[in-house]
Amino acid sequence: MQDKLILGGHEFSSRFILGSGKYSLDLINAAVQHADAQIITLALRRANEGGTANILDYIPEGVTLLPNTSGARNAEEAVRIARLSRECGCGDFVKIEIMRDSKYLLPDNQETIHATEILADEGFVVMPYMYPDLNVARDLVNAGAACVMPLGAPIGTNKGLATREFIQILINEIDLPIIVDAGIGRPSQACEAMEMGAAAVMANTAIATAGDIPAMAEAFKKAIEAGRAAYLSGLGRVRETASASSPLTGFLQD
Amino acid sequence: MKDEVIGARYITRETSHMEYQTGMDDIGSEVQDEVISRMNAEEFDRYTAADVRRALGRDVLSPEDFAALLSQAAFPFLEQMASRAQAETRKHFGNSVQMFTPLYIANYCENYCIYCGFNCHNKIRRAKLDMDEIERELKAIAASGLQELLLLTGESRSMSPVSYIGEAVRLARKYFRVIGVEIYPLNVDEYAYLHECGVDYVTVFQETYDSDKYETLHLGGHKRIFPYRLNAQERALQGGIRGVGFAALLGLSDFRRDAFATGLHAYLLQRKYPHAEIAFSCPRLRPIINNDKINPKDVHEPQLLQVICAYRIFMPFASITISTRERAGFRDNVIGIAATKISAGVSTGIGEHSEDNADKGDAQFEISDGRTVDEVYQAIEQQGLQPVMADYLYV
Repeated sequence: MQDKLILGGHEFSSRFILGSGKYSLDLINAAVQHADAQIITLALRRANEGGTANILDYIPEGVTLLPNTSGARNAEEAVRIARLSRECGCGDFVKIEIMRDSKYLLPDNQETIHATEILADEGFVVMPYMYPDLNVARDLVNAGAACVMPLGAPIGTNKGLATREFIQILINEIDLPIIVDAGIGRPSQACEAMEMGAAAVMANTAIATAGDIPAMAEAFKKAIEAGRAAYLSGLGRVRETASASSPLTGFLQD
Repeated sequence: MKDEVIGARYITRETSHMEYQTGMDDIGSEVQDEVISRMNAEEFDRYTAADVRRALGRDVLSPEDFAALLSQAAFPFLEQMASRAQAETRKHFGNSVQMFTPLYIANYCENYCIYCGFNCHNKIRRAKLDMDEIERELKAIAASGLQELLLLTGESRSMSPVSYIGEAVRLARKYFRVIGVEIYPLNVDEYAYLHECGVDYVTVFQETYDSDKYETLHLGGHKRIFPYRLNAQERALQGGIRGVGFAALLGLSDFRRDAFATGLHAYLLQRKYPHAEIAFSCPRLRPIINNDKINPKDVHEPQLLQVICAYRIFMPFASITISTRERAGFRDNVIGIAATKISAGVSTGIGEHSEDNADKGDAQFEISDGRTVDEVYQAIEQQGLQPVMADYLYV
């Protein structure tokens, strides 16, 4: 059986979602190829209808665009940006990013739930970026999200899985794919997220600011594949207590 | 609109520069007092190399750490500061460098600021573009590929009223995705009106936060009123403007003190309005028409870079614009370190962009980097950075 990532009824064999916002445009293609990425995010605020340095001209054919609503400060703005994105021909996928804080760019969970509700109703494949909170994740499921995207650490910090324990809870309890977004700074951290059972990992800064972008993209790809393989093979469970070599239940007969 | 009420003619050097005048919104903010009292309490001499190292070792800096980076003690650490600043810039902005150009639509001014080429007593050619002329300028600029515009006027409510600026903004929205303004300070409802017209960014240069010095430099006109100018960014945010820009004109007064106050002002407003997008400009004094003796005193390139790096390390997420007052070589290097926004194809005169508009009015100051949009674009790319024409969606 093939191991597929399914989002809103669409199947993907790659579990690496590439951000596009921090690259030199002519390196995006190389990053996509070496990462073997099938989904690439796109800040709609960067996408122009034609004109100089239009990011849309640099995204290779056949890759699924995941427009994000960065810049939105509330649900209403996110909804407007998502609708604009659909009108611009960017498809039905949308990653909701709602921030009311310009310093840490932390997502506003409450507004995110609200925007998810509205956009899922309108037929979007909604991928909400959120702060990992189990109750919020459940609300997002009920609101019609296609996955849940908890942050590992604040955007751009490369601090890795600072929210590890809480992401693990989401993985354990939520039936939708959990995609770790933001803060992943190294391939080893991406690998760890996949070992934990994350369905995919998204990264941007770590690759865009690497010395050799294609090489780093490939390193991430391999790390994500390794982590996924480890998860599927059943590794990753650490027992809280030792298992006794003479079992307590060894006396049982009949 | 209160253009009549805030008319500037009655404000002279006899007027107290600390008192709001009729028609000026007093929003009763505590931010100004905190900025001024902390700036006055700051003693830059007390910082040591150890303080600078400690500041550079922190993940998130306090205002005190920021002051350490602005101190004389930090000067020998300029290379380390540049390196940290560069890492922060890449983390938060990746390779992106935003491009824009300023468009001066009028140079009438009611203020008497002794260091400025537009001041009302300077005998220069005054002009104001009408809507047809503005549209010609907009078309000429848009043809260069730029998508972000900074609209500027001299500070004259009577000659360039808010309604005139609003009309120009509506026109500019037809050709540009992102519109900022750098005009005289307004009341909250006027900022709300301009936001409705399409403005998202407001920049106001405080020039100097040293109010005694401020009084001696601004001898007439509404600009003389120090608190009305200082609280402009907060009024803009209250009017629904998304981003606010801050600047001290370095060299007017003690530049460390002014840079500290500028950073602290932005810091306090971001804490009070967490969604606010923060921007810094880093102008130094330049010679002006009829006074070529004006020079940026002790702010040489190394000091300027120290200030820029300190802004970046203190507020890693803030946009930093590098002025055309600086030479091309300096600007190109600074975008590789800390600046994230650069102007190109700049003219500070009136009506100089379009060939059909005769050059109508004189320029505010001399620029040092006259490169075209294409030339700046290529210079950015040559550094492995990515020119970005628009990074904002008006919603």
